[in-house]
Amino acid sequence: MATSSDVGRIARAHASWHWSEIAFWCLALACGFAFPSRYLIMTDIVRLGLFALSLDLILGYAGIVSLGHAAFFGIGAYSAGLLALHGVITEPVLALLVAGLAATVIGFLTSFLVIRGVDLTRLMVTLGIALLLEALAERYSDITGGTDGLQGIVMAPVLGLFEFDIFGRTGFFYALIVLFLLFLIARRVVHSPFGLSLRAIKNNPLRAAAIGVPVNRRLIAVYTLASFYAGIAGALFTQTTQLASLDVFSFERSADLMLVLVIGGTGYLYGGLIGAVVFRMLQEFFSTITPEYWQFWIGLVLVVIVLVGRARLHRWVLLVPNWISRQLSGRKAAVAIPESEA
Amino acid sequence: MTSILTNLFDGVAYGMLLFVLACGLAVTLGLMNFVNLAHGAFAMAGGYICAVLVNGQGWPFFAALPFAFIGSGLIGAAFERGLYRHLYTRSHLDQVLFSIGLVFMSVAAVDYFMGSSRVFINLPSALEGQFDAFGVGIGRYRLMIIVICGLLTALLQLILAKTRFGSRLRAAVDDPRAASGLGINVPQVFAFTFAFGCGLAGLGGALSAEVLGLDPYFPLKFMIYFLIVVTVGGSSSITGPFLASLLLGIGDVAGKYYVPKMGPFVIYTIMIVILIWRPNGLFGRTAAR
Repeated sequence: MATSSDVGRIARAHASWHWSEIAFWCLALACGFAFPSRYLIMTDIVRLGLFALSLDLILGYAGIVSLGHAAFFGIGAYSAGLLALHGVITEPVLALLVAGLAATVIGFLTSFLVIRGVDLTRLMVTLGIALLLEALAERYSDITGGTDGLQGIVMAPVLGLFEFDIFGRTGFFYALIVLFLLFLIARRVVHSPFGLSLRAIKNNPLRAAAIGVPVNRRLIAVYTLASFYAGIAGALFTQTTQLASLDVFSFERSADLMLVLVIGGTGYLYGGLIGAVVFRMLQEFFSTITPEYWQFWIGLVLVVIVLVGRARLHRWVLLVPNWISRQLSGRKAAVAIPESEA
Repeated sequence: MTSILTNLFDGVAYGMLLFVLACGLAVTLGLMNFVNLAHGAFAMAGGYICAVLVNGQGWPFFAALPFAFIGSGLIGAAFERGLYRHLYTRSHLDQVLFSIGLVFMSVAAVDYFMGSSRVFINLPSALEGQFDAFGVGIGRYRLMIIVICGLLTALLQLILAKTRFGSRLRAAVDDPRAASGLGINVPQVFAFTFAFGCGLAGLGGALSAEVLGLDPYFPLKFMIYFLIVVTVGGSSSITGPFLASLLLGIGDVAGKYYVPKMGPFVIYTIMIVILIWRPNGLFGRTAAR
């Protein structure tokens, strides 16, 4: 039995920065200078990583299975697009925040629907909300541009200083900085008592309620937070590609997102980021072999991951890095395997 | 007035078709509590088997239908024994991921072998066109759908209620532990039911090629419809999904006819409202497992 001071000490030890985390971010930054011809795909990875981080917050920490996370991505994407297109807010950072907040509002409102019911109902409701928004975007095509999408979006310079260039250099660093800042917040959140209570809910909602955790309020809070993150990811998508079309809401986007997170592993924040890198690489790799049928191989990867078992797979993958980090520092591995899978 | 009746007729045909397509899922998802998003893939398999037999081999349409059923059923049985069986006890997230993976694979595989364009099955001339009955336009093909699906529904009800297999299935679903204690081979019952459901989906897929359109994206496009039938209908009996399918069919046809601009908006809204109001479905109760 751990006494309360032990719990606090362990929680603080988990929350402190590990050298491998610092190395991870240095590496990410170094990529920006090392591969100047690859800004577009790297920006794509950063966006996807942020989006997956958002799903990790609700899936990995709170255990809510969502099949419609693209809903908030889409809201963010269209908000950012419309703000820029009609010249309401031209400054990208401010527009990013406003778009994120728009997604937050929708996330807050729909969270009441999502927390009701069991897994299956949640699946259906989240999927339904995304499809509903897609149908709405199609219906009001005079606003959203319908299947053609929003066209002619021109972005103003970031903070009035950094012009978006044709190679995507500004876009990449902009996205990376946004990702890093939001990651810091997410890291703070999941290591706070709030984050610990979320894990308690995920492991056993009944027991969590019994020790005095307000289960529904916590779920609403984290769902709203995740929708903010997804909205920001969507807004980044529009701002860096200057494009927003109906497929931001598509089911494939939500499904791919799950795959990203599952590849990287849930419940330790870096899963989404690592998963985004691996997923994009896989996608590139498969589409160079079979340009039309890469989806088959992605599907196969998914099936194999599930059949082998996600926990076992991550143990194998993390075997070497954890061993190295144990040898070097003699303390607990930074990227611990989540104690129980969602 | 007549247009209302014609729409109603079309809606009933559509709903019956959805029921045949989705009733297999009602067992896997509703009763065995396995989230199988890949159910549409088995329906698509049946559709393509029928298309190959009719268009490629020149078989008559009605001779090909049983093979669509048998073919999909065999594929379903193989998948159940080989893959699904291992995942019954896993978390819903694993089941979702696994079945999404299967959907992606089936889409790409069918695209590879059959091409990405929509496939039409050559129909006998007796099924084309429509005739007037009391001033109501009745499509021959849709009438056939109603007859076939109506017979199937009655047959299913009979099997479930009257046969030994039906009572075994009901027992296995109500309490798998007690059922296996009584000597019922529960995994076998589930495997057979799964395969039978896939066969029905395949038959539905063959019948729906004319009405819903058959292309490699079929499993993705209609996934939500199958899920709606099961979650809204509940799983306590065969009647729930049946009524839900009819409601969905009539609602969808009427929605597309009277408020075409709203598209599927109406359906999704109704689904969410019903699920919030009654999380176990309109006619449902919780699954036993």
